[in-house]
Amino acid sequence: MKSLDELKKLRDESLKNMEMRDTGKEIRVVVGMATCGIAAGARPVLSSLVEEVAKRNLKNVQVVQTGCIGMCIYEPIVEVYAPDKEKVTYVHIDEEKAKRIIAEHIVNGNVVNEYTIGAVEK
Amino acid sequence: MAIFRSHVLICGGTGCTSSKSDQIKKRFEEKVKEVNLENEIQIVSTGCFGLCEEGPIVIVYPEGSFYSRMTIDRVDEIVDEHLVKGRIVKKYLYEDGSKDDKLKSLGEVDFYKKQLRVALRNCGVIDPENINEYIARDGYMALGKVLTEMTPEEVIKLVKDSGLKGRGGAGFSTGMKWSFAAPNKADQKYVICNADEGDPGAFMDRSVLEGDPHAVLEAMAIAGYAIGATKGFIYVRAEYPIAVHRLEIAIGQAKELGLLGKNIFGSGFDFDLEIRLGAGAFVCGEETALMQSIEGKRGMSRNKPPFPANKGLWGKPTIINNVETLANIPQIINNGADWFRSFGTEKSAGTKVFALGGKINNTGLVEVPMGTTLREVIYDIGGGCPNGKAFKAVQTGGPSGGCLTADHLDTPIDYDNLIALGSMMGSGGMIVMDEDNCMVDIARFFLDFTVDESCGKCTPCREGTKRMLEILDKITEGKATMEDLDKLESLARNIKETSLCGLGQTAPNPVLSTMKYFRDEYEAHVKDHRCPSGVCQALLSYVITMNCKGCTKCARLCPVGAIEGKVKELHTIDQSKCIKCGACMDACSFNAIIKK
Repeated sequence: MKSLDELKKLRDESLKNMEMRDTGKEIRVVVGMATCGIAAGARPVLSSLVEEVAKRNLKNVQVVQTGCIGMCIYEPIVEVYAPDKEKVTYVHIDEEKAKRIIAEHIVNGNVVNEYTIGAVEK
Repeated sequence: MAIFRSHVLICGGTGCTSSKSDQIKKRFEEKVKEVNLENEIQIVSTGCFGLCEEGPIVIVYPEGSFYSRMTIDRVDEIVDEHLVKGRIVKKYLYEDGSKDDKLKSLGEVDFYKKQLRVALRNCGVIDPENINEYIARDGYMALGKVLTEMTPEEVIKLVKDSGLKGRGGAGFSTGMKWSFAAPNKADQKYVICNADEGDPGAFMDRSVLEGDPHAVLEAMAIAGYAIGATKGFIYVRAEYPIAVHRLEIAIGQAKELGLLGKNIFGSGFDFDLEIRLGAGAFVCGEETALMQSIEGKRGMSRNKPPFPANKGLWGKPTIINNVETLANIPQIINNGADWFRSFGTEKSAGTKVFALGGKINNTGLVEVPMGTTLREVIYDIGGGCPNGKAFKAVQTGGPSGGCLTADHLDTPIDYDNLIALGSMMGSGGMIVMDEDNCMVDIARFFLDFTVDESCGKCTPCREGTKRMLEILDKITEGKATMEDLDKLESLARNIKETSLCGLGQTAPNPVLSTMKYFRDEYEAHVKDHRCPSGVCQALLSYVITMNCKGCTKCARLCPVGAIEGKVKELHTIDQSKCIKCGACMDACSFNAIIKK
């Protein structure tokens, strides 16, 4: 180790993988991962959400999986919970859409209306 | 670096490993591979989570689900349900006695609520065999800061100001110790980490070494810089194979990254470390004996002065710090002296780790701010005595400490309070006793230990403790007189005052404190030839009461044929033949046999 900066760089890099173990995060992004969700392609969606959160170093966001949400026809489903805000349910999500949700909704605070269940049901 | 979506943390401390956590980890790895998730799920072996009673412990992140008492056959279900489908397997989660529902996550567990983890901050959080995880938690930042921004004098002043005292037992100011060694001129100075944890029932240092070995290495390098030493030794007992193994890995990784070795952080400071294995002699936890042992000589203590800070290892200035003391150092450097002083009491700053054992519901490892009361540790964290038995005493400080009673439960724990009550902080063993424990027997147990472990160099300790043990034997056999009690007490005081080292000076403490607080029990043994708790075998007799139905079960079981009686008639025990094994009492279906 030659300098403190070198150590700091290594720390920040290592930290990305450790963030997961902090359970005090306020924003939760939940992916339906029951048989229906997995069959519809929820696995790559979950992975891309995790990667995107890590890449952008979003410390307050937790990506978790859950069981069957009950609307199997709309899988893969991603739900976003944030404090004092209404839950947002996104449906028919794929990897690209997942990245957009992180960028627009989580980072900039703008719900991606066209992916929400309300928009799709119309 | 690969990003995983879920982490499975499995306790790899000695406690959980002895209940097969290594095989549980292996099964997790196999099963995760079977379902093709090996690139999404990270499986990590960590240090001790503290709640050893409920081990093996497995925690799944990001949810923080706390699975307790894991078994190998539960692994498949957890992988299939939780990791594949996202459904937490609630039936296997840890159940807090005080709540109706099973707990979801770590933060909800009562056991952790009153705890404050400073020395144990990384235990159960990081993979101790992966230096990157330590670095992610600000590891080696303190060393970097010290080497690039501070002078040795500033480091010593900071440690002094923090009020950190030695956690090994004596409670001497760590900063002072360093300041004694720093000005001494020598061609070589040494830093020693005392990891010769020997108190029966104590496992704090082992857990730190197993769960966070890099914290100790980092602190030793900082100490080296502060006093001008370039060489360090970790003296650890060979009975801690997991700790030794992880230390070896940690030293290797630190050297590879250049965090140990030559010219660290380009500052020109060199520091190298070696492990020395002890053979498990208790006296080698005493610093002068420890140094003898490192030098390859027989572990025996010597007179002080000269103190190690002036003439230590191979006659060179040396500082010796305990594992837990060192584990606090990097955080003091990173967060400052005021931060550290904000925990604990005026005279005892910071936190203390205790190994909670004996008659207690939550056996395990706890860390609390100094000044927490015994009641909080034993009841709020420890969950009290099992099976509704009454609390009788708590033994702190191992063979050097003493027993405290129910009257002392509201005493805030710090160095001075415990000494004032005739016990001591010690290294942090805390053994809880309930109404079924005989205090004379407890004192005898600890003395038996010190008699075995005395190095034999000085007469008071070698001969005196042996004579004390003989008197205690007489008491537990009901053969002692009241004069023997007086003799025991004066002998104890003499040994305390005249022994060469800490071992002998503190060995009589368990006897003196039990005599002080439980004199009635001693007198019952002597005057009435009775053991009030029903422990001392020689003073017991088994008797069959009128509840006997004459089933003959006990008579058939008795290994010495001491029980006579016809079918459907009251049986009797021949006391001259009875060896008091208790087999009859355990076997009786009618509770007709009692101990008197």
